[in-house]
Amino acid sequence: MLELAISALIIVGAAFTFIGSLGLARLGDFYTRLHGPTKATTLGVGALLIASVTFFSTRGEGISLHEVLVTVFLFITAPVSAHLLAKTALHLRVHSIAPTPAQVEVADGAQAGETSR
Amino acid sequence: MLNIALIIAFTLVCAALLLSLWRLVVGPDHPDRILALDTLYVNTIALLVLLGILLGSALYFEAALLIAMMGFVGTVALCKYLLRGDIIE
Amino acid sequence: MLSRLLPHPLLTVTLTLTWMLLVNSFTAGQALLGVLLGWAIPVFTRRFWPDRVRIARPWWLVFFLVKVLWDILIANVTVAALILGGQRFARPAFVAVPLELRTELAISILANTVSLTPGTVSAWLSPDRRTLIVHGLRVTDPDALAHEIKTRYERPLRDIFEPPC
Repeated sequence: MLELAISALIIVGAAFTFIGSLGLARLGDFYTRLHGPTKATTLGVGALLIASVTFFSTRGEGISLHEVLVTVFLFITAPVSAHLLAKTALHLRVHSIAPTPAQVEVADGAQAGETSR
Repeated sequence: MLNIALIIAFTLVCAALLLSLWRLVVGPDHPDRILALDTLYVNTIALLVLLGILLGSALYFEAALLIAMMGFVGTVALCKYLLRGDIIE
Repeated sequence: MLSRLLPHPLLTVTLTLTWMLLVNSFTAGQALLGVLLGWAIPVFTRRFWPDRVRIARPWWLVFFLVKVLWDILIANVTVAALILGGQRFARPAFVAVPLELRTELAISILANTVSLTPGTVSAWLSPDRRTLIVHGLRVTDPDALAHEIKTRYERPLRDIFEPPC
């Protein structure tokens, strides 16, 4: 029963990891590609880590919770790097399917002017 | 049971690694490559966790934690470089 | 005096828990060492930290976190379906969300929440911190999306971190 639960978690986690990378490979522009790795991959690895916690805690050597640390760390850092990547892409004017917002270009231009002065 | 699940999971994660690698090679822009690199890091963590379960060893956890930290710092550093480097040009 | 000895109580608790998870043992000795580190690190790095974190309603934060975790699960199923469905179903758009939050921590948490929940990634924050640009993977109604973010995530965060006096 427990083995079944761990196996299910492992498969679900690996499937989400795969879907995240699939999104990275097949979607059309950078901004849509950003969605796959930030959400699907993070949750996939989260599920794998929960499976790992369950596996090591039920081996009879006491509970093992340090995987939680990696999970929390990933859930905190994934959106931060996604935000930075999106900001970088907007700054570099990477090709986008959706029209880019006007505020960014105005502010970016002002910022560039300020620093080059 | 667990072994079959692990084999399927290894296949899926390796496929994910290959897809990310393809994106890393193809590009076409710098942010795409950084994103692919970030995804590679996270996929590697998944691979290490699976390996830990397969071999029943908790040692791989430290490696996973280190890769998580270094991956994040690397991504942030690359983004910052692109953000700042281009302003100076 | 107390604020000198214990500048960041929350940080102390977090560091202690992190230490105990890191060494993966829950004995009294490790707990003591964890508390010692959790006390010493904030004291010695005090000048590095900005203002003390103020959480007006801690219990609301717990409810908020549970809600966000649930939304993350939903988000992943939606995004997975979109990715498997392919390019045809994606309708990407940038949406500007006007912000009412003022504290840095609350804005960061809002941006991170937005990135982790259904089909949206926070992309850009205006330098005056009044607008958050959000990229949505499948946007049919931009105003509805902005409204949903404001009511679903911003209002609770406002209640938690910036309660009206």
